[in-house]
Amino acid sequence: MEEKGSFVVKDGLAQMLKGGVIMDVTTPEQAKIAEEAGACAVMALERVPADIRAMGGVARMADPTIILKIMDAVSIPVMAKCRIGHFVEARILESLGIDFIDESEVLTPADEKYHVNKHDFKVPFVCGARNLGEALRRIGEGAAMVRTKGEPGTGNVVEAVRHMRQIMDEMRWLKGLPKEELMTAAKDLQAPYELVLNVAARGCLPVVNFSAGGIATPADAALMMQLGADGNFVGSGIFKSGDPMARARAIVAATTYFDDPKVLAEVSRDLGEPMYGIDIKTLAPEEKMQDRGW
Amino acid sequence: MAGKKVIGVLALQGAFREHQAAIERCGATAKKVRTREDIQKADALIIPGGESTTMGRLLESYDLGHTIVERSRAGMPIFGTCAGMIVMAREIPGYQQYSLGIMDISVRRNAFGRQLDSFEAELDIRNISDRVKGVFIRAPFIDRIWGETEVLCEYMGKTVMARENNLLTVSFHPELTEDLTIHRYFLSMI
Repeated sequence: MEEKGSFVVKDGLAQMLKGGVIMDVTTPEQAKIAEEAGACAVMALERVPADIRAMGGVARMADPTIILKIMDAVSIPVMAKCRIGHFVEARILESLGIDFIDESEVLTPADEKYHVNKHDFKVPFVCGARNLGEALRRIGEGAAMVRTKGEPGTGNVVEAVRHMRQIMDEMRWLKGLPKEELMTAAKDLQAPYELVLNVAARGCLPVVNFSAGGIATPADAALMMQLGADGNFVGSGIFKSGDPMARARAIVAATTYFDDPKVLAEVSRDLGEPMYGIDIKTLAPEEKMQDRGW
Repeated sequence: MAGKKVIGVLALQGAFREHQAAIERCGATAKKVRTREDIQKADALIIPGGESTTMGRLLESYDLGHTIVERSRAGMPIFGTCAGMIVMAREIPGYQQYSLGIMDISVRRNAFGRQLDSFEAELDIRNISDRVKGVFIRAPFIDRIWGETEVLCEYMGKTVMARENNLLTVSFHPELTEDLTIHRYFLSMI
């Protein structure tokens, strides 16, 4: 009678995160600050993307000890990242009882051809996407939630904007197509036909769609919501800034009151130094995380 | 019945769009509410699922809590699901977090476990329906009731639905299913 691990309950948790902010944390203390500030979930990591970028080398799943300590510290859902295609890291995270797995381009890919078959797991997955075809391929593999890739660890929202606009544009385009053109659209998008039909009929993704990759200010968070995001991931933007608690609270409020400029002006005041940003044009092609995965 | 009344859906965080859609499928009018003025204008209120700590922080920061408590005392029908149940509770053992404290219930958070223990099950709801699908996501349950609160549904011996006069609460998510039984029941309270 009772069913666990169904797509309904995986999607259900994603639905409950909507309108919220998921914050990257590396210690139980940071996790508590995030919870106190109003985060709807935290992402447990060894290093935030800006530090991964700075350190170079191979970035892997976090030490289970760090993840378990963070799970103990807070009452909100805890997510963790596995490398693209690394289904063993995913199994380890699932066995820890994590609430959501991010198969993430922030870590160094373990497989340059295949992503994890996410249908095989009882834990829900979120994956990054730059366009509609990529989002639908991940959903086809079983992702219960997608997010823009943006360009992680840069504090520069431009790539998240590009990816969100791209996904929204392609959905509007699909919705206007006559039925006989949808198979060719699926071929062009490199996306599963059934999911293309679903998007064309409903005009939106069949799963929750967050923004991620460069959100650093309350205004960035509100911008992404106005462009159609269901919520925001904030990675380095909070704990690489001068006053994490104040900034975290402000980004939470900006995600809720995204269309109220008075609230946005109020919460944007006196937040101290934002994280130092990177102009995307200064990144060499191999430094871009968004091109990882297909 | 609801008639021309406006059902406010608290749109701070969580699955508020799904509640709005469910109310509209019942043929009633739903509106997202985010400010004190919005709450004053609504005839009834739904507090959706989401994260109770996130909603609590925003209810407190934007001083919406007082308005909801006042309206609740004046008899406004309020329906809370999952996080909404926690936000309505008078007691949340083990947690120091903001709640409205309007309903005579003690609620245990994440009581069925973490996400891997989230489940779907068929429920038997007293005098309403013996076949309602319940979707439970990191769900709470009611540990203890007092005063005028009555239990409407139990699952595995745990209270997952209760009513206290104008207040209705469930641990699960009727807004994530096609079944409108629970929303219709709430509309009948208005």
